[in-house]
Amino acid sequence: MTIKQDDIEKIAELARIRICDEEIGQVTRRITEILQMVDRLQAVDTLGVEPMANPLDAIQRLRPDEVTQSNRRDAFQAIAPAVENGLYLVPRVIE
Amino acid sequence: MHNKSVAQLVKGLRERQFSSVEVTRTYLNRIAALDCHYNSFISVDAEVALAAAAAADKSLAAGNGSALTGVPIAHKDIFCTDGTLTSCGSRMLANFVPPYDATVIQRFKSAGAVMLGKTNMDEFAMGSSTESSFYGPTRNPWNTELVPGGSSGGSAAAVASLLAPAATGTDTGGSIRQPAAFCGITGLKPTYGRVSRLGMVAFASSLDQAGPMAHSAEDCALLLNTMAGHDPLDSTSSTAATVDYCATLGDRLDGLRIGLPREYFGEGLDNATGKCIDNALQELAAQGAKLVDVSLPHSALTIPTYYIIAPAEASTNLSRFDGVRYGYRCDNPIDLHDLYTRTRQEGFGDEVKRRILVGTYALSAGYYDAYYKKAQQVRRLIKQDFMNCFEQVDIIAGPTTPGPAFALGTKSNDPIAMYLEDVYTLAVNLAGLPGMSVPAGFVDQKPVGLQLIGRHFEEARLLNVAHRFQQATDWHLRTPGSAQGAHQ
Repeated sequence: MTIKQDDIEKIAELARIRICDEEIGQVTRRITEILQMVDRLQAVDTLGVEPMANPLDAIQRLRPDEVTQSNRRDAFQAIAPAVENGLYLVPRVIE
Repeated sequence: MHNKSVAQLVKGLRERQFSSVEVTRTYLNRIAALDCHYNSFISVDAEVALAAAAAADKSLAAGNGSALTGVPIAHKDIFCTDGTLTSCGSRMLANFVPPYDATVIQRFKSAGAVMLGKTNMDEFAMGSSTESSFYGPTRNPWNTELVPGGSSGGSAAAVASLLAPAATGTDTGGSIRQPAAFCGITGLKPTYGRVSRLGMVAFASSLDQAGPMAHSAEDCALLLNTMAGHDPLDSTSSTAATVDYCATLGDRLDGLRIGLPREYFGEGLDNATGKCIDNALQELAAQGAKLVDVSLPHSALTIPTYYIIAPAEASTNLSRFDGVRYGYRCDNPIDLHDLYTRTRQEGFGDEVKRRILVGTYALSAGYYDAYYKKAQQVRRLIKQDFMNCFEQVDIIAGPTTPGPAFALGTKSNDPIAMYLEDVYTLAVNLAGLPGMSVPAGFVDQKPVGLQLIGRHFEEARLLNVAHRFQQATDWHLRTPGSAQGAHQ
């Protein structure tokens, strides 16, 4: 299977990763190689095989709905790139 | 001092033959003098380590020692450490000082261990050579022109060069076992869920598992005793009871059935490496184990299966790195979209970006069934192969890697060649089984690792087999000339 440069641009947009023009050709080639390698799976008969999400087929455990953690907002915000009055700052979204 | 095993250090500290400050200072001095050759550490805080050592000495003097009180341990830079940089080998986290400890770190602290420093690794644990680190490559102590393996290459190189008596690692597709093999040390990847993942920077959450790396199986057992156990804060942590992993180390191997998967001894395995593995198996047979031919018929599908599942999980896990709450943020973003896309362009290295893109593709609308669901189905077939084998045998053995360590730079520009490095290790993660690498000889002065694979939660049996092997061989005691002085 071949994947076009347009497809890579679309995936990169979904993944929110900018790829510069000089790199896009090389990235497309590498991703194509990897997808060709994994394409071998298409030939395997998996009819009726249940997909396995967890190697022990474990399911999510529930816990009692009790408060167990204390509020540590100041510690968490101390390592943020930009905060003000307890809020995380990002570029203006709404004009 | 730096030649002592963890077991010897525990005993000597308890008997007050030497102090933790002396031991810790010895290792810190060695790191300062020798790590320029290997680049195995990303950060070392001597002051913090010595303060912890002094506190350990106080506990020991008061008779309050725990399992590892005063023993210095190095930690892979993937474990969050309260107040200490946790970079995960990435520019994205090059400024990240976590406000909490990973459960693994917390457990080592409770056991009295002293953190020596944080070790180098492939960026976000994605790699098999430790060349993709933002902090530069780690070098193999046996020959600094060679890679140490990866992604836990810093931990493997630090232990092999006697810059730390033991270290932690993580293994998503071979990242403990392959560097252990390349550096001539012993490494164990426990059963999925045996060791808590809380505070371990996530790569592929259904595959990731932390484990010990040391010279001997006995030392790995000592570390695993501290690491293993249920963690209510990790929803995938197992509630299965743990055992004392040291208790059965010496058990005899009479009648043990060892399965040899024919797919692990065929085309692709380097001849001289295969010879070392054969010799190791003969040693186990001489101790009474029975060698049985078995088959893992879906082995050829493990690489494609892994390279869908691991990138898919990575693409979701790494979506959290957005330049907003912590970690790297690009300069002067013009809008929110620019902030996200440029932060991720500049913060991630090439291999990480590749895997995020492959994973995003495999999970995207219209492709999910053909890729991700298909891979999850084949994953079950791969696991079933192992379950079938374990009806006939007690453990499975084979090579850890297709050959010994390769030269730096030879595979770093060829992702697929790099992926092939993990051909014998990936299936163990897909099936969630425990796996080990044990030193089993040398090819042209390059170490070779014997891989042992067990049933779920049978780490103790793997450690037992490895320990018996190490009682009869001395491969694990050899140390590289560059580290000066032999391991006693």
